[in-house]
Amino acid sequence: MKAIWTVARRELSSFFDSLLAYIMIVAFLGFSGFFTWIKGADIFYVNQASLQSFFGIAYWTLFFFIPALTMRLIAEERKTGTIEMLLTKPISEWDIVAGKFLSTLLLIVVALVLTLPYYITISTLGDIDHGAVWLGYLGLILMSAAYISIGIFTSSLTNNQIVAFLLALFIGIFFHIIFDVISSSLTSVSGGVFYYLSMSNHFESISRGVLDSKDLVYFCSIIFLGLFGAQMVLVKRK
Amino acid sequence: MDIRVENLTKRYGLQKAVDNLSFEVKTGEILGFLGPNGAGKTTTMKIITCYLGADSGDVKVGGISVNDSPEEVKKHIGYLPEHNPLYYEMPVIDYLRFVAQLQGVSPEMVNERIIEMINTCGLKGEQHKKIRELSKGYKQRVGLAQALIHDPSVLILDEPTTGLDPNQIIEIRELIKKIGREKTVILSSHILAEVEATCDRIMIINKGKIVADGTSEQLRKQAQGDELLRVAIEGGSRDEIFTALQALPSTALVDFASETQTVFELQSKPNVRSAKAIFELCASKGWYIGELTPIETKLEDVFREVTAK
Repeated sequence: MKAIWTVARRELSSFFDSLLAYIMIVAFLGFSGFFTWIKGADIFYVNQASLQSFFGIAYWTLFFFIPALTMRLIAEERKTGTIEMLLTKPISEWDIVAGKFLSTLLLIVVALVLTLPYYITISTLGDIDHGAVWLGYLGLILMSAAYISIGIFTSSLTNNQIVAFLLALFIGIFFHIIFDVISSSLTSVSGGVFYYLSMSNHFESISRGVLDSKDLVYFCSIIFLGLFGAQMVLVKRK
Repeated sequence: MDIRVENLTKRYGLQKAVDNLSFEVKTGEILGFLGPNGAGKTTTMKIITCYLGADSGDVKVGGISVNDSPEEVKKHIGYLPEHNPLYYEMPVIDYLRFVAQLQGVSPEMVNERIIEMINTCGLKGEQHKKIRELSKGYKQRVGLAQALIHDPSVLILDEPTTGLDPNQIIEIRELIKKIGREKTVILSSHILAEVEATCDRIMIINKGKIVADGTSEQLRKQAQGDELLRVAIEGGSRDEIFTALQALPSTALVDFASETQTVFELQSKPNVRSAKAIFELCASKGWYIGELTPIETKLEDVFREVTAK
């Protein structure tokens, strides 16, 4: 447990030292702020005190940003050889993978915390469903966690960061929309399976304010599978 | 802590990188690991440090097996990998703190250990610089410092002086010698003089097998075999002296060592020494000895001989 935190802390400080964290946060706030407040089907157009439109936009922004954050996590260590230094220290492969996961998740949480002024502003404009807002944030965090673990898995497969990035997007796009599209054109059991695999359905049901254990199981499974896969890749080096 | 390597085998595809290798390093010994590129030095070291797993066989560090409890073994080992990988964007002191925490140095000891490492490895002026900004020699010191931060009883150094200039090589060598007094050290290198200067024992491996093992004197003797002398005799003609030397009962072979001067190379028969006979020969003929030197086999020759096969 201590080792996970040690790895996570180094990773976090490397995010901030390399300016990656600042760029990511500024870009995220810029994108989501622009589309939430200024352009498109914005909050005023809906004429309802709700953060739904922000969640919809953050859902897409994070989808693209997260692979950019995770792509270097293991690929870079493989390339520079520091992975050998890490793996010959008395910590397990799981500690390394979990530490890196934790660091990126914390960075996303920081970015999301910085959007709380949106919530505060809107709640002064009208009656807002507080429960739905908090669950919406929870949904974003769960979704981010799922993509982070996929990103860490693809980063563990290669020592080329671009390959890791594209592979993460490629796997991610299936969960993001393709499974949903497939499920709508299929019926019966197979349609149900794809419906369950689609991340957007789970995210929407949470951000509408319904917390179902089915959705939690879904997100936790993806997180676990991704991290477990990355760990296995590291173990397999032997 | 001692290291016992038992019947270690590791394959890459069909090729055996390490082939049924067994050896032992006693506590406090500095072992020099020699061999041509691709001989299996690095692979063996990676298996000892638990980075790679063996296909068969075992390594026991202080009696603890790398197969059964790698995390326990790793606690006792300080390892400097081949290309000295470091986090370049980190300041030296932060990096050492990070490694200390990974190694499980207790929180109240961490600062003390970092200060000690900075002093031992001569990093005082560089401690707040980012590793990227350091020269190669200083990077190597950081690599050594991180390997030593938890005061390990076993130290594995994979080519610790490659790419350094002669001054830096001597500094790092001194450092290893100083540190190596209380620790069990395995050090690999291409530079034979370096291994000779720093190590108690030398082991040469080729194609994953041990081809020579012993102190540098032992290795030389082993390769040299029969006595070989360089003799300069004056006072007679070349042919005369040559035939007289050849006629000595202890002589196996005589050869001219110079085109014009009366200098010869004389190989004795097995287990016989020729010096006395040469002296008596000269005394009886009225010649005198200008030079009489035993020719030593250089470690380079040993190396070439045992790894050429």
